[in-house]
This record gives sequence, structure tokens and C-alpha cells, in this order.
Amino acid sequence: METLLMLIPVALILGLLGLVGFLWSLRSGQFDDMDGAAQRILFDNDDDKAPPPPGHRQEKGSNR
Amino acid sequence: MTGPAALCRHCGSPLGGESAAVGGFCCAGCAAAYELISAQGLDLYYRRRCLDPTAQPPRPDGDGVAAALSDHVTALPGGESALSLMVDGVQCGACVWLIESLLTRQPGVTWARVNLTTRRLALRFRPEENDPAAILAPVFAVGYRLVPFDPDRLESDDLRHERGLLKAMAVTGFAAGNVMLLSVSVWAGHAQGMGPATRGLLHWVSALVALPAVVYGLRPFAASALGALRAGRTNMDVPITIGVVLTSAMSLWETVNGGPHAYFDSAVSLLFFLLIGRYLEARARGRARSAVEHLLALDARAVLVIDSDGHRRLVPPRRVMVGQTVLVAAGERVGIDGVVIDGRSDIESGLLTGESVPMAAGPGSPLYAGTMNLTAPLRLRVTAVGEDTLLAGIVRMMEVAEQGRARYVAFAERVARWYAPVVHLTALVTFIGWIVLAGMAWQPALLIAVSVLIVTCPCALALAVPVVQVIASGRLMRRGVLVKSATALERLAEIDHVVFDKTGTLTAGRPVLRPEGGWNADDLAVAASLAVASSHPLARALVAACPDVRSAEAVTEHPGQGLSGCGGDRLGSRAFVAVLESDEADGPELWLARPGETPVRFAFADRPRADANDAIAALRHLGLSVELLSGDRRVIVAALADTVGITDWRGGCDPAAKVARLTTLAARGRRVLMVGDGLNDAPALAAAHVSISPASGADISRAAADLVFQGERLAPLVEAIAVARQARTLTRQNFALALGYNLLAVPLAISGVVTPLIAAIAMSASSLLVIVNALRLSGGRR
Repeated sequence: METLLMLIPVALILGLLGLVGFLWSLRSGQFDDMDGAAQRILFDNDDDKAPPPPGHRQEKGSNR
Repeated sequence: MTGPAALCRHCGSPLGGESAAVGGFCCAGCAAAYELISAQGLDLYYRRRCLDPTAQPPRPDGDGVAAALSDHVTALPGGESALSLMVDGVQCGACVWLIESLLTRQPGVTWARVNLTTRRLALRFRPEENDPAAILAPVFAVGYRLVPFDPDRLESDDLRHERGLLKAMAVTGFAAGNVMLLSVSVWAGHAQGMGPATRGLLHWVSALVALPAVVYGLRPFAASALGALRAGRTNMDVPITIGVVLTSAMSLWETVNGGPHAYFDSAVSLLFFLLIGRYLEARARGRARSAVEHLLALDARAVLVIDSDGHRRLVPPRRVMVGQTVLVAAGERVGIDGVVIDGRSDIESGLLTGESVPMAAGPGSPLYAGTMNLTAPLRLRVTAVGEDTLLAGIVRMMEVAEQGRARYVAFAERVARWYAPVVHLTALVTFIGWIVLAGMAWQPALLIAVSVLIVTCPCALALAVPVVQVIASGRLMRRGVLVKSATALERLAEIDHVVFDKTGTLTAGRPVLRPEGGWNADDLAVAASLAVASSHPLARALVAACPDVRSAEAVTEHPGQGLSGCGGDRLGSRAFVAVLESDEADGPELWLARPGETPVRFAFADRPRADANDAIAALRHLGLSVELLSGDRRVIVAALADTVGITDWRGGCDPAAKVARLTTLAARGRRVLMVGDGLNDAPALAAAHVSISPASGADISRAAADLVFQGERLAPLVEAIAVARQARTLTRQNFALALGYNLLAVPLAISGVVTPLIAAIAMSASSLLVIVNALRLSGGRR
């Protein structure tokens, strides 16, 4: 039964990690353009400077 | 020379006649765009892209920046500026790549990103290095249209609500998975003799995970339930909220007292299922709404005001003042009400009055917002703005008409009105019954009463409508029909009568040359060679009838009258070519006069949409009666009604007459679907039981309509009705399934034999059944 004391927290922590990851990706705008994301992988212009992180929230906050 | 099927190398539209001479391009604009793209080394775009033949071709039309950009630029900390724009013409990933590449190569641009889903562009630049008009110029030159918008205004409560639902869904999903895992152990423990201490531990861990998730996930339902109760009604959210709260409270009580049964898994997975339904519904509606907003924003053009010192500036229509002078270019929609002070042109007022023939306008003619200036620029003196315009009058009429519809109650709502009291009464009777009849103590009696509430908690019932709605509107969206209102499909399924507007709805809104008349092929060739020079719709129709035409030399356009060529040929109105015959015209016409010959007449008719006859036959086949209601002249309406096979028609109706007709029909108990596109239809659209507008219609009628359909054909309309009826059948079936499940489960719950395991199995099974049943709707591709 002692294994339960370890396995339950491990299961919960792993689940929480997934949840936090999802909320983070939602917050950083990764779910804003699902169609575009599917197409973007096909662009091969590596020479273009990488765009800075979107910072969706930050941009919105600064609009007045 | 290229073959007849040749396509323009830039915009992909078919090349016709003499235009093939421009080296594979349909116009100089396309040639310039191709050169621009090649010079930047971006020709990969042409190999990558997939043009949708039904969409508008990406042809640069040279109207430049549509509105003042500077109003929409916002300063960011760190010296950068941001600008949000809607992009028209983005079709696939290659467009996104092209626009982003063009923009990031401009000096001063720090970041440019196109959202393919919403077709919006976010741009960041350093304002001291470049100004926005110059940055965006290459994108215009390539053929996309950009309109700035205010992100704060558009990314409104709906989006925040949708995100809130998604977050709640993620949290409850996490909790449901973990609690279910623990519950399975508890259920297995019941069979294999798990000790009370271990069971207690598992229950405590479940409570720890489930309770915060319930508090977080229940908020949307609780808010809606409280709102309904405050207004003195009940809705589906009331039994949901009460059920979940009581389930959680009872489970906590069991856990504290070391009892054998806790229902945390039921509470959380119920919320999880319901949130999935709510989120999908919100997203489907949000997508349709953002598509409509996109259409609206692209139409909102600025007005060009000329100040007294001759300075020109673009101003949004609502900021124009009475008495100012406004310039309306040829091919532009008039944004205000005014009187012509200078210039002569043809005005198409189809959206306003339903008339298909353009009228001549000269100094002194009044013009109304919403009409289109066709042939030559006009200067107007503004006579009315804002609330005083004809447009605002139509909007007021529409608002009055809309009030009747706000009273419509959705089917689910009607069911909830009696479902909630019945369920709560059953639980109460169970509670009292066990105490009075069986002499049970109040705690176990309460447990049984709560288990009745858990079992009747309308999981399947609450999923029954959203799942069907989501699948139906998704299927319609693929067919180009946008469902704007939540109850639109339900109302659409109820209709028994269809009222069509004529111009632009039943017809394509473009005149076509009629074969009869006294002209021969030679006359047509001469007339078309003159007509090439004009953008008047009748001239266009002539050119369309004679595709291999060569343009005549030195053609002069006399706006509002006609065209004259160098050899003395004249093409235009009967006054322009000095015809004295007195027989009345039965539709739009053009006359061609050649020196030494009798003038010949070309008659035109607005052609019905290609599948109008089929669509009307299909509507009849669905058991609907069809009626035609138009603002156009009776002769024209009668001719069209005859062509498409409608016997019931009315001509010469103004907006008020249309509303009156719909009110009469409603008073007779008919449920009317109104299909219309014009400003003059907007009040009627609002007054009808349900309404559909084509995407090519006036913005106000698209806003008033419940559904918007895209494309040249009427078939989506018929499909929308068929899907709506199918959706109604499935919704009713789902309700029957959910209620049938309750009839089975409630006696078990009342007799007190329901355990958490039975509750979980019954709930999941009924939810799955409802979803699977709804999925049958998506398979309807023919």
C-alpha cells in the first residue's frame, strides 16, 4: 500500500504539468491560429529573422 | 497568343480577347504585381499557392489604402507602434507567407504576422523609420485589401468568454481524469475488500482534486442559472448547478464521515462533458460571427471630404458634417446622404430600392448612402448624417421589427421550464417519502434524494442541443452558410413560407443582354467595342456578350448618357441617340446609332441566379410556398416571377410595405423565411421568423439576417433548410433518449440502490449515445 503514497502524487503531478502546459500555450497565443499553424510548417525561408515571441497578452495590455 | 483557356499569371482569372496581349496578364496591375513579387525573389508563391476558383481573384484594383491608418496605430513601450488590419484575399498558407515576407523586408518593420483563421494581420514597426502607408503599399500592389480595425473593440467579450470556457474545460478535464482513476480503485476496492482507511485516503485525494475544479468549472453555469432565477425563470443551468453543488457537498460529507460512497467523479465529469459542449458551441458561433464581422469591416469605407481650402482627407462616415463637400469616385459606394453639386454619373441604387436599372444623376439630384456611383466622379454636399439619413430611418424600422423576434424561446429552454421543477419536486418527494413512509433518519434519506438529483442531472439533455448545433453549423459553414444566431436553425426548421427579394437575391444583380431585339452580330461587335471603355453595368453586359471584342479608338464617355466613338457612332440612352419612338421600355436598354443607319436597340434583363429554378422547385419539394416581394417595377418583377416559376409576386414594395406584408403573413400564422440582400430588405429581414442574406448584400442586411450564405448559387439555402430540419429531428431524438434514460434511472435512484459506479456508467452511456446520434448529421455529404 505504501506504493500508493508515491504513485498518487506522481500521477497528480504529471497531470498538473500537462494542465499547466496547456494553460501556458493558451495564454501565449498558440491556439489563436490553428489553420495557420498547420500551414506555417511548410514555409522554408530560414533566412528570415525569427519573429520575437508574440506576447499576446502584453500587446493587448499596452493598447491604452 | 495564349489559348482560350489561358489564365492570368498573377490573379488566375481567365484571359479574354485582346487582354491576352499583355504577356499573360489580365491587366497592368497584375503585371506590376508579378514583377514586384519576382523582384523580391518570392516567386515561390506562385508554385505554392492554391487558388480557390470561387473566391475573388487577388487582382490589384488600385484603390489603395481604404481608410486613414494613423487613427488605428497604437504606440507600444520601447518606441514601436502596432497596427491591426483585416486582410481580404488570403486563401492559403502561401498568401500568409507572401504577405509576411513582403512586410518583413520593409525597413522599420519589426514583426508581421497573419492569422489565417481570422484573416487578420498584426504589424509592429518603428514609426521613425517608416510610415504605415508605405509599409503596406506592396501588399496592396499585390492585390490584397487591408482594412485597419481596433482590436480592443473586436476581440470582445465573446472571445474572452470562449477562452474562459476552454480554460474551465482544461481544468475540469484534468480533474475528471484523475478523479476517475481514483474512483476506479475505489470501485474495485468495493469488490475486493479495500480497507476503510485506504478508501478514506482515496476519497480525500479525490475531494482535494475535484472541489477546486468544481468551483472553477461551475462558474459559467452558476452565473447563467442565477441570472435566470433572478428574472423569475428557470433554464437548463439551474438543475445543473443545483445537482453539481449538492453532489459535491454530499460527497464531501460522506468523505468526512468515512462513508462508502462519494460521487466526486460524477460531479467533475458532468462538468467536463457540459463544458465541451458549451465550448464547441461558443466557438462555432464565434467563427460565424467573426466571418460576418470580417465582411462588415471590409465594406466600411471612409468618405473623402474636401475642405474649403481644397485639402482632401479620408473621414469615417459618422464623422462627416452636414454642409461639407464630399467626393465620390467612380465605382465607389456613397457613404452619406447628399445632393450632387458637380458632375454627372449613373447611380445604381439596387441595394436601397431593389431597382436593377442604374439612374442618371446630375447637379441637384439627391443621393443616399448605400447607392453606388458607377461612371464618373461626383461632388456632393452633405445633407444628412447619422440619425437623419435614410439609412438610419431603415435601421430604426428594423429595430422595431426585431423586438417581436426577441420573444422566441428555444426548444431546450421550453423543456427546461418544466424539467427543472419536476426533477426538484421528485427529489423532495423522495426525501419526505423515505422519512415518512419508511421511517428513515434524515441523513440517509437526504443521500437518496441527492442521488435522484445526480441521476437526473441533465448531462445528456444539456448536450443534446449544443452537439447537434455544432455539427449542423460546421457542416453548413463548409457549404458557405454562416449561422449567426443561436436559435436560427431551430426557427429555420419551422418555416412554411419563403419570401424572396428580387435584385441581388433571386437574380445575380447584373444585367445580361437579351437575345431578342433588332440587332445583328455586326451591331453587337460595334456596340461592344464602344462599351469596353465603360464600367457601366449595361456596357459590361454588352462586352460579356461579345468576349472577343477589340476596343474602339478615342471613345468618349458622357456620364449619365452614353458613349461616343470617333466615327460618329453613339451608344447610350434613348435620349442620347435621339430616338423618338414612343413605345415604353420594359427594362434596361441601350441604343446604338451609326451614321446613316437606323438606331438599334439592345434590351437587357437581370438574369436569375444560375440555379434559381432548381432551388425554387426544391423549396416547393420541401413543402414550402414561395413568394416574390420586390421594390422594382411590376413589369420587371412579373417577367422574372414567370421565368423562375413563382406565381405569388408583388412589385413596387418599399421597406414599410415589405414589413407590412410579413406582419400580415405572421398574423395568419405563417412562419416566414425572408431572403434578401438590400438595405430596403433589412427591416423585413428583422421582421421575418428567420432570415437569410447573401454575403454580397448590404452590410446592414447581413447584420439583420440570422444566416448569411456565400457564393453565386441558391443551393446552400435549400441545404440550410434541409440541415435545419434534420437537426431538429436529431435534437428531438436526443431529448427522447435523454428522457428515456431518466425514466429508467430515476426509479432506481428513488429506491436507493444507485451507487457511484452505476451513476457514472449511466451518465457516460447516455452522453455518448446523444453524441453518437448527433454525429449522424455530419455524414450528409452528397
